[in-house]
Amino acid sequence: MKILVCIKQVPDMESRFKLNSEGTWYDEADLAFRMNEYDEYAVEQAVQLKERLAGEPEITVLSLGPDRVVEALKKALAMGADRAVHVKDDKYYQKDPWQVASVIAGHAAGQGYDLVFTGMQSQDRGSAQVGVTVAELLGFGCATTLVGFAYEAGVITAKRELEGGSKGVVKLKLPALVTCQLGLNTPRYPTLPNIMKAKKKEILVQPVSELLKEAEVTGTGGMYPPAKRGGGIVIEGEVNDQLDKLMGILKEKTTVLRAA
Amino acid sequence: MKALLIAEYRQGKLLDTTYELQAFAGLLGAESAMVLVGSPADLPKFSGKLYLADVAKYGEYNPDLHKKVVLEAVAKENPDYIVFVHSSYGWDLAPRVAAALRVGQVSEVVGLPDGKFEVTCCNAKLRRTVAPKSARTVITIQAGAFSPQGEPQGAPQVEVIDVADPAGKTEFVGYEAAEQKDVDLTRAEIIVSAGRGVGKKENVQVIAQLAKALGGELGASRPVVDAGWAPHSHQVGTTGQTVSPKLYVACGISGAIQHLAGMKKADFVVAINKDKDAPIGEIADVLIVADVMQFVPAMTARCAR
Repeated sequence: MKILVCIKQVPDMESRFKLNSEGTWYDEADLAFRMNEYDEYAVEQAVQLKERLAGEPEITVLSLGPDRVVEALKKALAMGADRAVHVKDDKYYQKDPWQVASVIAGHAAGQGYDLVFTGMQSQDRGSAQVGVTVAELLGFGCATTLVGFAYEAGVITAKRELEGGSKGVVKLKLPALVTCQLGLNTPRYPTLPNIMKAKKKEILVQPVSELLKEAEVTGTGGMYPPAKRGGGIVIEGEVNDQLDKLMGILKEKTTVLRAA
Repeated sequence: MKALLIAEYRQGKLLDTTYELQAFAGLLGAESAMVLVGSPADLPKFSGKLYLADVAKYGEYNPDLHKKVVLEAVAKENPDYIVFVHSSYGWDLAPRVAAALRVGQVSEVVGLPDGKFEVTCCNAKLRRTVAPKSARTVITIQAGAFSPQGEPQGAPQVEVIDVADPAGKTEFVGYEAAEQKDVDLTRAEIIVSAGRGVGKKENVQVIAQLAKALGGELGASRPVVDAGWAPHSHQVGTTGQTVSPKLYVACGISGAIQHLAGMKKADFVVAINKDKDAPIGEIADVLIVADVMQFVPAMTARCAR
């Protein structure tokens, strides 16, 4: 079995974001980057499957982006992936989800992958399109938002998270692509011996120009911080003073504390 | 301009979000038609054409079949926009339709400033406008972002869609019910919710004590539930419960879009957060800039007096 895991490197979401000079994306200076949280579940699920199948599957991890994404690829290798593909693209943020999916499908076509794992979305762009689109381009069965995964004799039984806590159970045959949601598993921390082993694993670098065949179908107009809602009061200072002000406001503006 | 609205039916019921699609089409100024894989006994109130595939024949969600139904209606209507709710149905099906048509998709639209499609990114810390470049565009709208005005009215002109039953690549097995609820947050008048910012499981109790002192219920954000700090029944948000209390106190909650979607119908929102720029501040009536673990116990003591 050949497995592909698609990962993205994204900024720490606790960061303060500034815009780039064109106002079309965030400025990457001063940001700390890490593996997209949803993709960590994808890597973990692939490695768990490999372990359960006694190490038979070969796991390739792929990321599109500038040189820094090699760090995310190395983490995936240290978690248990066998080899990595870095699709090098300094202007990755100018590609729309359709182009990103086309590039991944361009890599995957002819490689004989049986199973592809992706996160359900990236934490920065959040389009939730790339995984499903890759599946469509490859003609693979696809299930999204997995919170449960089981594999037996060429058939995946997946639990999809639906609204309100219910789940939808689906079965799909290989070849297939699944997108992973929080709660699917607990991603492992790479151990020191595995980090050392990962240093010897292959990272193939391929320029994006070799894989990109499609024009964009959506573009970014502009990017900006959200407008603050008018009327919202910000209270800073010492806790007791803050409390005095808050209780006054609650008594005046709401009915919930009047009886108290 | 024409929009094809993809209504949603799940577990034997037409979903109310259908009316948010109509509200969105109204804001776009688009003439609209609708598609539903659902039941003729439970049709939306809608004055326009409705392409219906009967759920009795096709069953509930099967992505390949539903894609075929939507594409059939697209061929008949020739719409400029194909609009879904950004739900477990919409985010699964919309990219399949866009890929089949080789057109652009704009995901989780939250607003239409100056007629542009506005979406959020980086956990709602930034907004972005997305410009379609294809002749036709697939859109998903954020649940709750476009509220219907007034009571929906009308009866659709139904045209039955019959597609050959393809052997879809995904077989729907069934639903698994949510865990038994020990609390009904949808009826609570006061909710005090814990977010990742409370730091550790023991601290959730401190938040629960404030909820108790106020006569309300404990809520939680998704990371708190995933970490096992609170049961799923307390989760507020897209995949938890949608609540509309008179008072919502968000403690250490940054304001991820999925959480905001579940609580933005609250009458009055108080947020307690160290980060003055946290997105929760956008929708809070009052933002207390403070350490949750200092402020909340003080507030509990004050309310218990």
